[in-house]
Amino acid sequence: MSTRSMVISTVSLALFTASAAFAEAPNLGKPVDPADIAAWDISIQPDGTGLPPGAGTSANGARIYAEKCSQCHGPDGKGGVAGVTAAPLIGGGPITDISAAMKTIANFWPYAPTLFDYIRRAMPWQQPMTLANDEVYALTAYILVQNKLIGENDTINAQTLPKVEMPNRDGFIVRFPDAM
Amino acid sequence: MSISDLRRRRTRSAAPQAVGGNGLLDRRALLGRGVVFAGAMGTGAVGSLTGAAAEPLRDAPLTDAPWSQEPGATIGPYERPSRFEKDVVRTLSNPSGQPSASVARTPHHLVNGAITPNGLHFVVVYGGVPDIDPGKHRLVVHGLVKRPLVFTLEALTRYPMVTRVTFLECGGNSAQLFSPQPLQANLQVLHGMASCAEWTGVKLSTLLEETGIDPKARWFIAEGADAPHLTRSVPLKKALDDAMIALYQNGERLMPANGYPIRLLLPGYEGNMNVKYLRRIKLVEEPAMSFWESKTYAQILPNGKAYQFYLLQEVKSFITQPSPGLTLKEPGLYEISGIAYSGAGRISKVMVSADGGRSWAEAALQEPVLSKAFARFRMPWRWDGGAAILQSRAWDEAGNVQPTRSEFVAKRGELKAVPPVAAFPNQHFNAITSWAVDSAGAVKHVYA
Repeated sequence: MSTRSMVISTVSLALFTASAAFAEAPNLGKPVDPADIAAWDISIQPDGTGLPPGAGTSANGARIYAEKCSQCHGPDGKGGVAGVTAAPLIGGGPITDISAAMKTIANFWPYAPTLFDYIRRAMPWQQPMTLANDEVYALTAYILVQNKLIGENDTINAQTLPKVEMPNRDGFIVRFPDAM
Repeated sequence: MSISDLRRRRTRSAAPQAVGGNGLLDRRALLGRGVVFAGAMGTGAVGSLTGAAAEPLRDAPLTDAPWSQEPGATIGPYERPSRFEKDVVRTLSNPSGQPSASVARTPHHLVNGAITPNGLHFVVVYGGVPDIDPGKHRLVVHGLVKRPLVFTLEALTRYPMVTRVTFLECGGNSAQLFSPQPLQANLQVLHGMASCAEWTGVKLSTLLEETGIDPKARWFIAEGADAPHLTRSVPLKKALDDAMIALYQNGERLMPANGYPIRLLLPGYEGNMNVKYLRRIKLVEEPAMSFWESKTYAQILPNGKAYQFYLLQEVKSFITQPSPGLTLKEPGLYEISGIAYSGAGRISKVMVSADGGRSWAEAALQEPVLSKAFARFRMPWRWDGGAAILQSRAWDEAGNVQPTRSEFVAKRGELKAVPPVAAFPNQHFNAITSWAVDSAGAVKHVYA
């Protein structure tokens, strides 16, 4: 999706950026060095900006998956664990219904870096932000291989992950472009 | 209203006029003129809003009850509702804390007015409710700014604040109405993921004045301090408009499940974007395409494409009383009451039908009607004991009108199979809801 055409009031932006003297505000924000934000700055853009150093392969990912993911997502990544509603990670045919249950990584997710981002920030459900970056890359590779989106021996890292072509990349419509 | 206005009104005909089919009465009958009902209908067993007045009270003669013959309890430091109100509670989707989302729904059929009490405000959390120490919480504003800054909660409380009333609605609220068959459930299940509160906090634009904005910035990413580190991308336009860092909810600090100690408040925008436990705002050029915006809150359309960044909660209304589970005991005068709201501004008009949409009459709107807030509407109705189909339809000041269900389904589609009753099979459903009243007074959800 292109956001270049999105209209924004350049006048109001100019006013904001020009206000050097904050006479009316208490000015209680403390300056912070980017290095001190690093542990919190986990945002990753769809073009891969923000992906950390490290790498992983599906073979490593399979071992981590069995240990840390399978109890909720199922031994084969297809969900269905009794009493748990964790989404299936593998599979998904053509979308033939408006049901949210149709949505899978393979048939819906538009960008591959989102996989790394979500696993790192939110998984495992009981212990988020505990996986090493290499482990997150390995799990990302494992899920992509199981979904036949990359080759079995491909290495996933900050350079290769944004290049993975997700089948539904162009499947989206913005509802209210004027609001953006 | 002036005294001469009152005089004029008093001299007007006392009988409320029929203004729509199947017993809808002139909404002016409601406006401080309750006396009208006493003799309004002339004949028939009609005398009050709830039933016949002719029958004597069964518990007469009146006597002093035990609580009138002894001093009451001491006052507690934080008051809870009466023990007799124990059923006025949220319903919980995940009370045992399974590793998945948890949802709590507002019992709209059991409350009234336009403000949702804090304990009944709807909640969706994706990783439980964090127990955040406000003294250790921080808000970082960075990215495409001139000066990255970090704010303590104590600092935020010293900023100029604003107060506004606004609704929040989960994008998945009412999604069961995508079902090909009307699901039989009460209002709490069908529409309980919308609530309305008075929020107080610091405008995000106030903090951005302090950080400065790089002209390249077009979006900001908001992120929470909860376990899933929930994150959404928001157009920067909203930050410069009415986005708020909310600290107070209905006058007290935010409830833990609603984002304590601070949350992002984006009036009129999809609930999930109002990031709770807010700890970081990063200005960027392009949206992050996070899990929640590229998968969970993207809506499949009939052609297989999907909406993304729906942003707005569109104009909507539903009748809260009567509604499924609230049985009409006997024919007579009733007040049809409900809620209308729009993410695009003020509600300008609500029409009500008692005959499945064949005729409509304008409901009274409770003042003040606020932008992007619940508006309570009311409509006097004489139920004759026969079948009726009750509907409400809202308009907003931007000219948007709530669609009929058939208009809505023609664009957004319908599920192939009936979903589980509390599921979220799609999102952003805002069409008309229909309640059928049968001759026994029972209320059912129907498509009409």
